[in-house]
Amino acid sequence: MSAGAPASAQPPASAQPPASAEPSASAEPPVTAQASLRNVGKTFAASRERSALHALGPIDLDLKQGEFFAVVGPSGCGKSTLLEIIAGLTAATEGSVEFEGKPVRSDVPEGVGVVFQEDASFPWLTVEDNVAFGLRRTALSGGERERRVRDALGIVGLSDFAGSYPAQLSGGMRQRVCIARTLVTQPRLILLDEPFGALDQQTRLLMGDEVLRLWRETSATVFLITHALDEAAMLADRIGVMSARPGRLKDVVQTGWPRDRDSRVVERPEFGAITARLWHQLREESLKTLGRVDAAPSERSAAAVHVS
Amino acid sequence: MTRLRLYRFAVIAGAIALLEILCLARVIDPITMQAPHLVLRDFLRLLASGRMNAAIVKTMANTVLAFGLAAAAGLLLAVLLQRRRALRMTLDPLFATYYAVPVFAFYPFFIVVFGLGDLPQILIAFMLGVVAVIVNTLNGLDRVPAVLLKTARVLRLGPVETALRVTLPAAAPHIVGGLKLAVAYAFIGIIGSEFILSRGGIGYEINFAYNNFDNAVMYPLILLILLASVAFNSLLSRWERTLHARRGR
Repeated sequence: MSAGAPASAQPPASAQPPASAEPSASAEPPVTAQASLRNVGKTFAASRERSALHALGPIDLDLKQGEFFAVVGPSGCGKSTLLEIIAGLTAATEGSVEFEGKPVRSDVPEGVGVVFQEDASFPWLTVEDNVAFGLRRTALSGGERERRVRDALGIVGLSDFAGSYPAQLSGGMRQRVCIARTLVTQPRLILLDEPFGALDQQTRLLMGDEVLRLWRETSATVFLITHALDEAAMLADRIGVMSARPGRLKDVVQTGWPRDRDSRVVERPEFGAITARLWHQLREESLKTLGRVDAAPSERSAAAVHVS
Repeated sequence: MTRLRLYRFAVIAGAIALLEILCLARVIDPITMQAPHLVLRDFLRLLASGRMNAAIVKTMANTVLAFGLAAAAGLLLAVLLQRRRALRMTLDPLFATYYAVPVFAFYPFFIVVFGLGDLPQILIAFMLGVVAVIVNTLNGLDRVPAVLLKTARVLRLGPVETALRVTLPAAAPHIVGGLKLAVAYAFIGIIGSEFILSRGGIGYEINFAYNNFDNAVMYPLILLILLASVAFNSLLSRWERTLHARRGR
């Protein structure tokens, strides 16, 4: 008993000081919510063509300063709508969104950058002008502007193509133009809406590495939407799994990867476990999207035939 | 491409050569038309004499003015209309039937209201061209990918900057098509009204020469109009080709 008392008193006494005395030494990113969503939902009002549609929510989510957050979900679950709400491109019909403590409604706040799935490069501008376009609303000296554009082009590996037009580049390179155009503005929150969706698997893996490198170098918060479970498992600190429509956060999976990582994490045994957990959560939702509740293994092939 | 160009040149050269032969063989009588080489000689003489300078300046200035007004008003109205869905839906059928209206029928009315000056002529040319610019610009604006508009919002551009820097450049290949029509319509409007009733201009001079059997003036002036119109048009076509080439089409 006499030995038990100091033993039970000791752990809190020894566990507390390191946690509070040197939080900056911790490997974890500082836990300040950069963007927070409270009860966010989106219902599209009824029109002559269709009845009202509850597309999304309610969703509660805090994006921590500097983290890499990925979202996976069945098609049509409202992933892109969620991204547009965070960006201020679409207003939520329920709940509230804040970015750095200020409410977000239907304007994109300063400090937020978005890269879309579709090619958003301006075909009438050269690569260099495309990237510089990102700085239109930023008051900078000519030299600083030039330097930032040059740096962004260097980061995405397009320095040799500064004078080319997007039509002369491949799809992956055009997507990198858009990433560079976002980077020059030095956003504190980068929203990526399936930016590699249209690229082939190898290019996607390499682009993933580039995004990881950018994330490390810029210390921005990254919010990535993807339909590829392996991409989410490879890139993110946390992965939100969304349910079928109306999309809700069904699970948030912590990957526990070190900040200094690259696509080789796919070789680790935990990678398989994370992907498996994501699929376990998602399979049922994906079947719901296809109009099936669940199918026994023997029926699965029949279901697939039925759906296709 | 070069072979096609060669063929095209051959067709035009052949037509001129045929005309030359028909004129020299007196199949076409000199009172009807001069041989092409004489037309060219008279053309150079007429330009050198400088007595058509005032007419040329008047017609060209009015054409450029009418074209500029049609282009500016057409672009502005198209951008505004595209943002007003109800108004757009109301006006769409009117645009579709607009070119069934013979605009020249209003010319006497415009003269009554504005007097026999440049204004009624510019107005006719403007009216002919403006709707072509509106329709083509709207067509182009409708095809601007939504993701470019979202990008403009993410980059926090205002409505004017979005129109000038994103939507209009994105729609440029369609807009050039409208501008090419507007150039042709501007020439038709100005020269046509000068023909009908005017106190000067190339159209007026052609009509005057025609009434006086003055082939040495009439044909060179027709040639002048032809060259001016083709020159304007090729300038726009060149721009159009550059736009398409940049976009890899």
